Amino acid sequence: MFERGNGITILKYMVLFGLLSACSPRSGIVVDDPFETVNRKAHALNKGLDSNILSPVSKGYSYVVPNMVEDSVSNFSSNLSLPGKVVNNILQLDISAAANNTARLVINSTIGLVGLFDPSDSMGFEERSTDFGQTLQRWGFAEGAYIEIPLVGPSNIRDGMGLFVNMMLDPTGSALTPTMNFYRSWSGIGSVLQKRQIYGDQIDEVLYGSADSYAQSRLVYLQNRRFQLKDNLSDAYIDPYAEFE
Amino acid sequence: MQNLNKLTLRRRYFLFGAASLVAAGPAFALDDDSATGLVNQLVAEINAATNAGGSQTKLIKAFEGIFEQYADINIISRSALGPRARTASTETLKAFSRVFKGYIARKYGKRFQEYIGSAIVVKNTINRGKFFEVDASVEVEGSEPFKVSFRVSDRSGKKLFFDIIIEGISLLSSERVEMGALLDARNGDIGRLTKDLASLG
Repeated sequence: MFERGNGITILKYMVLFGLLSACSPRSGIVVDDPFETVNRKAHALNKGLDSNILSPVSKGYSYVVPNMVEDSVSNFSSNLSLPGKVVNNILQLDISAAANNTARLVINSTIGLVGLFDPSDSMGFEERSTDFGQTLQRWGFAEGAYIEIPLVGPSNIRDGMGLFVNMMLDPTGSALTPTMNFYRSWSGIGSVLQKRQIYGDQIDEVLYGSADSYAQSRLVYLQNRRFQLKDNLSDAYIDPYAEFE
Repeated sequence: MQNLNKLTLRRRYFLFGAASLVAAGPAFALDDDSATGLVNQLVAEINAATNAGGSQTKLIKAFEGIFEQYADINIISRSALGPRARTASTETLKAFSRVFKGYIARKYGKRFQEYIGSAIVVKNTINRGKFFEVDASVEVEGSEPFKVSFRVSDRSGKKLFFDIIIEGISLLSSERVEMGALLDARNGDIGRLTKDLASLG
């Protein structure tokens, strides 16, 4: 699925983007959004897709499908993303997370019936989530400008690149039979639908309950992502007293 | 300049200290223990309010009382207005602050209603130089716990929290974005925003 030549091209782009994003201001800046005009258009598109398709379909999905089945569909999808996570754990030299996620993969693929169940969770191997965006951060790439990606949502240059590389270099896709890949794609959609329901209130509040849903989702994404990645360099919370001292 | 700032700051602390001496006996400077103690009290009240049962109105009322007692509403509301607060009169800011308290209580009261049956557990306290950050975990039945941090300072003269950070997302930051957008839609008129905010949240 993936040829060597492509890999080198991707790496070249990564270096190029990395250099670009390294030039952008970083410390003390809460939001770096030079593409705001374009981003707002993508946001309008995404918001329309959510209110017309994602939100109603996810409501129907959770109404029709029993919770246990929803969980199994999401487990199946999440299990198949583990090989990619292990690769990223190793690229980050996080051996403990790599071992943990490998144990999860082995246990859930066997005892957990091809990943439909998640027995490893109760055995102490909890999900240690990661992605290529995090790997880039660990390698010293700066966050870069904020971007909202059509069909995907809020992101930044670094995570956008991470997403692209994750898709191109995913080790699972090429190892699976076409039938398994077919199930995988559908379970991925099921997992998105379930997530939309689980975080429904929070998502609705940001998208439909705020005065400027674009600015609010940008803030939520950036602060939450920095928190996840422990990206302390980008810590730019407000000290409200500073103005008076 | 640096020294001058320090001097005025010290004088201000002294005045605040003297004021609270009269009001509530000796005042000690904020430290690890007192910051943690404050958040322990605050969290106990939030836990009691969310698990007391009863109507949403009752919960919101309880939250308003909690914010009144533990939050530096003056600085939070002022900071939420952003740079526009600098040119506003004291009366305008006071009126806004009063309405903002209700708005925040409604907004977060509703949010915490989803967490009935949950418990906030205080974990540890970090000295961040000018303030303390008290980390807690919200343990919700049937889903993964999430992290909440309270930023506590005594720079107002009282020990109060000035920001709540939930999974990295700051109340102060998101209210500044929110108030900024609401003000933009009202030509920056804080008076109009004060009027409208009474029915928002």
